[in-house]
Amino acid sequence: MTDPVRPVLHARGISKFFPGTIALDDVELRLNPGEVHALLGENGAGKSTLIKCLTGAYQRDAGTLLLDGAPINPASTAASQKLGIGTVYQEVNLLPNLTVAENLFLGRQPLRGGFVSRRRMNAMARETLAGYGLKIDPTEPLTAYSVAVQQVVAIARAVDMSGKVLILDEPTASLDRDEVALLFSVIRQLKARGLAIVFITHFLDQVFEICDRATILRNGRVVGDCALAEVSRREVITMMLGRQLEARVHSKKTGTVGKPLVQVADLGRRGMIEPFSLDIHEGEVVGLAGLLGSGRTETANLIFGAVMPDQGRIRLRGTDITIRTPRDAVAHGFALCPEDRKSEGIVGDLSVRDNIILALQARQGWMRPIPRAKVTEIADRYVRALDIRLASLDTPIRLLSGGNQQKALLARWLATNPAFLILDEPTRGIDVGAHAEIIALIDQLRADGMALLVASSELEELVAYSTRVVVLRDRVQICELTGDQITPDTIVQAIADDPHPHAEPV
Amino acid sequence: MPGPKSAILRRIAPQLVILAIALLLNVLIFPDFFHIDFRNGRLFGNLIDVLNRGAPVALLCIGMTLVIATRGIDLSVGTVMAVAGAVAASMVVEGHGWGTALLAALLAGGMCGLWNGVLVAVLRIQPIVATLVLMVAGRGIAQLITEGRILTFMNEGLIHLGAGTVLGMPTPILIWVTLGAVAITLVRRTALGMLIEAIGINERSSRLAGINSRVLLICVYLVSGLCAALAGVIVAADIKGADANNAGLWLELDAILAVVIGGNSLLGGRFSILASLLGAMIIQSINSVILLSGLPPEFNLVIKALLILAILVIQSPRIGYLLYMLRAAGPQPQPRPGTADTLPKRKKEAAR
Amino acid sequence: MTLKATLLASVLVLSPGALLAADMTIGFSQIGSESGWRAAETTVTRQEAESRGIELKFADAQQKQENQIKAIRGFIAQGVDAILLAPVVATGWDEVLEEAKDAEIPVVLLDRTVDAPEDLYLTAVTSDLVHEGRVAGEWLAEEMAGEDCRIVELQGTTGSSPAIDRKKGFEEGIAGQDNLEIVRSQTGDFTRAQGKVVMESFLKAEGGDTICALYAHNDDMAVGAIQAIKEAGLKPGEDIKIVAIDAVPDAHLAIANGEMNATIELTPNMAGPALDALEAYLANGTEPAKWIQTESKLYTAADDNQAVYEEKKNLGY
Repeated sequence: MTDPVRPVLHARGISKFFPGTIALDDVELRLNPGEVHALLGENGAGKSTLIKCLTGAYQRDAGTLLLDGAPINPASTAASQKLGIGTVYQEVNLLPNLTVAENLFLGRQPLRGGFVSRRRMNAMARETLAGYGLKIDPTEPLTAYSVAVQQVVAIARAVDMSGKVLILDEPTASLDRDEVALLFSVIRQLKARGLAIVFITHFLDQVFEICDRATILRNGRVVGDCALAEVSRREVITMMLGRQLEARVHSKKTGTVGKPLVQVADLGRRGMIEPFSLDIHEGEVVGLAGLLGSGRTETANLIFGAVMPDQGRIRLRGTDITIRTPRDAVAHGFALCPEDRKSEGIVGDLSVRDNIILALQARQGWMRPIPRAKVTEIADRYVRALDIRLASLDTPIRLLSGGNQQKALLARWLATNPAFLILDEPTRGIDVGAHAEIIALIDQLRADGMALLVASSELEELVAYSTRVVVLRDRVQICELTGDQITPDTIVQAIADDPHPHAEPV
Repeated sequence: MPGPKSAILRRIAPQLVILAIALLLNVLIFPDFFHIDFRNGRLFGNLIDVLNRGAPVALLCIGMTLVIATRGIDLSVGTVMAVAGAVAASMVVEGHGWGTALLAALLAGGMCGLWNGVLVAVLRIQPIVATLVLMVAGRGIAQLITEGRILTFMNEGLIHLGAGTVLGMPTPILIWVTLGAVAITLVRRTALGMLIEAIGINERSSRLAGINSRVLLICVYLVSGLCAALAGVIVAADIKGADANNAGLWLELDAILAVVIGGNSLLGGRFSILASLLGAMIIQSINSVILLSGLPPEFNLVIKALLILAILVIQSPRIGYLLYMLRAAGPQPQPRPGTADTLPKRKKEAAR
Repeated sequence: MTLKATLLASVLVLSPGALLAADMTIGFSQIGSESGWRAAETTVTRQEAESRGIELKFADAQQKQENQIKAIRGFIAQGVDAILLAPVVATGWDEVLEEAKDAEIPVVLLDRTVDAPEDLYLTAVTSDLVHEGRVAGEWLAEEMAGEDCRIVELQGTTGSSPAIDRKKGFEEGIAGQDNLEIVRSQTGDFTRAQGKVVMESFLKAEGGDTICALYAHNDDMAVGAIQAIKEAGLKPGEDIKIVAIDAVPDAHLAIANGEMNATIELTPNMAGPALDALEAYLANGTEPAKWIQTESKLYTAADDNQAVYEEKKNLGY
């Protein structure tokens, strides 16, 4: 409370619970007038939940929201818009077949004798847009213009209607460099007018270019609130990926690294990930590190056949194999626990029992059903081994907490007795207890001689279980760390080195 | 999963109750409803009629249940019936035996199913659109085969499939009961049922778990086509003629309705063929009420609509959801609503 | 049938020989081929034209009025001598009929009438649906000759004009006969399958022995009902008298086999009377009556139904 400036928007103690998870835990966000404020964090850190709580799309479960010092409780996005909080999303949510002017004034058209006055509306639109340095014909349909112009129209509409706080949710994701420049010039003008702007992106260089302050979220908590002039890129990455657990995780990494099991050569897919090569040995955990969008998930999906590569080859125990579909991969003893548990992992309405047996049964084929007694035995074994907490094996899996769902998915794959296990963000969105158990399990599987490839945004975690770490940036493999090189510091260094091409001043 | 008997019973209990009510309505209107005697070498009675006349929809709903379990729908079954009936009739008219005619009809139905399956599973066309193509085109094909008239035939073997009896029991009843039993056994004694359910609930997860979803999808449409073909042959055999204009007309809707009355979600996932078959019998019992009531035909659709509306209201998801919430809400800690938490703080804020 | 008919028609139209031979050209806008009867009507019209040396331009509208209007405009543009029109609906014809009138091309309506001023068309050739029903009723009244008779009725599609009129006519036909009573009446949708299903329920609800006669609004339903009666162990035509309307080939066959008693013909030959009237009008300007009613011929076991069957079965029913 030492800040002399009264914030335009001040969110305090915001919490939001979803069944089984805490999406936001006592989050604070201060937006000063004339400030561009970055909201940073990995996927699932709570950025979008926070935004939804601010705009009234979600009702917060605890906390206060102050606008110009007065408490507000917007019940909907329309209500928050009226109060002065406007939002522009990555996918422009305007009506493409209406004209620019109509989009700007939809629902608040200037009237004349009960009818819309088109002439006045177009004139007003022209004037408004000129204020943003945009000289376009407002009578043209919106689709006649580029995404960047559409963004600016959306911003103009939001500012016009709200005028205090502007939230930009990944506005630059689909823009090229010149378009980003146009957008930034608009943001600077708005900043000069005294608006408070929240800027969400995963392009760090853009954050350093345009933003004044940043609030960094991780696992639903605020882990940093700082002026960007005072911190380095590396410190920001450290906060995003976390390292405060560093002291207490250190793996013994016993057991020996065996023969190469899977050898990937020049595997790649245009527009998705640059060709890469990777050897994974028996009794080894290869960690995949990198920021969001660096290509971690893409690497995992490509090896597993979830996405078809357009070049490269895979060898298993020295022999070439063809993997076109996940089915091929499973047949070769591969397994993948995907990042998006809900849409790619669990089969929600099926029981935990069926979910655990699914991959094994799919591999055996429908003609050879696994007897029910055997199914129960397998499911029971893994429920006990992994300490999955549930009412009964017949419970639909969607009713389980995130951590227990993840363990059931691990059980699904362990039941197939895989030689090669790929885990994509195995600990995302699960509670601390399950978190530690999964890390211990990874270590044990490695010690038992399994080959593992683990993609994670949690650095301490990677350091804890990896025998090797491959660092990715912008869909390119940039380096490989082994042995003592594997520390959170070296990983962050590797990620932060050699700034992003976008970082050049525009 | 082939659960304990009590689980199956719990699943089909609503359908059994509704069927009992529907049959009771019949008895109220026509006290001799359950009377069955043996006449002209066949079982003769209203109950037999319900089972016999329900055969086409029962056969259709076996395939339809599987298709709907994969989050699909097959609008073409009525038309496929007409095509299969026309093929069978034209075969026997040209002098082939009834076995050949039946095989040809099944082949035609299988081809139709395969076509739907490829459109849905390979070309990824929305099932409702993909099967609509055949629904529209198929009747034209059937009319081309019969040249637009009722193709009458006298082949005893073929006629036996629709109008004959085995040990006094009408053949269509035996066919649908047998096929239903085979289908239920097949999906529950093998892993087929679970894999189909998995695809219907979350296809992406299922694919990543190594399920060959494309082949399975094609298969369910194939099965639906085969069931429709068999239903089409029975309907044609029943009247000793293939009526391309009217055979199977709107029956796809009855089949979908039977699946829904069977408590299966149109959004796919968990399914019960047994419950769908009961649904088919419920629909036929309602038809029986209408016919036995002796009311003028202007009332037919009104009565049917009202009875079905009543059934659907009883089974409505809202009521099911309420029950589910009552059960599920217990152990889960419910987050408190925002206002309750923020109000005291707001007071503090104001006091400052 | 449609395909064959269309091919045949185009051959007729395109063949230069036919063009030279024809001294009169007539356009025929047909609804489509939704039933066997309509296919037969097309065939008979074609035969009638050919036997009179008339060139027939045939247009299948596939159940769409807009196609019919297009076809008529085409006929007018080609300068045909007259137009035959089987209208798919009753309304919306005024404009195109005006155009034909301005071009001095007479239009004859076949099988159905339209809601348009009478001076816009030359005449309409149709059967009388009420009369058909009445013939059926009168036949049954005479057949029973005062004996008590409980009748079941298979109606056409609920709300359709044939169903309404044929019901009305039959009731008129049996009016005043206290011995005749309609005990059950339900729709069989004009289809064989429904005819059978509904008859089954009649047999159970009333008891097969108590039903003395069946009146079906069309032959298809009667043919279905015959099967139901046989399956119930009764003799159709003897235990239960059956009278229906249309006189399709299968009905003649059933009468010949003794399984049905009577059928009233809805003749597919609407073109014969229409062409007679047209020829007279074009030759010397004889104005025909505004409505030419076709004959509703009654066929019973007294006729040689086997012969009629053989004659009709190739008409496309």
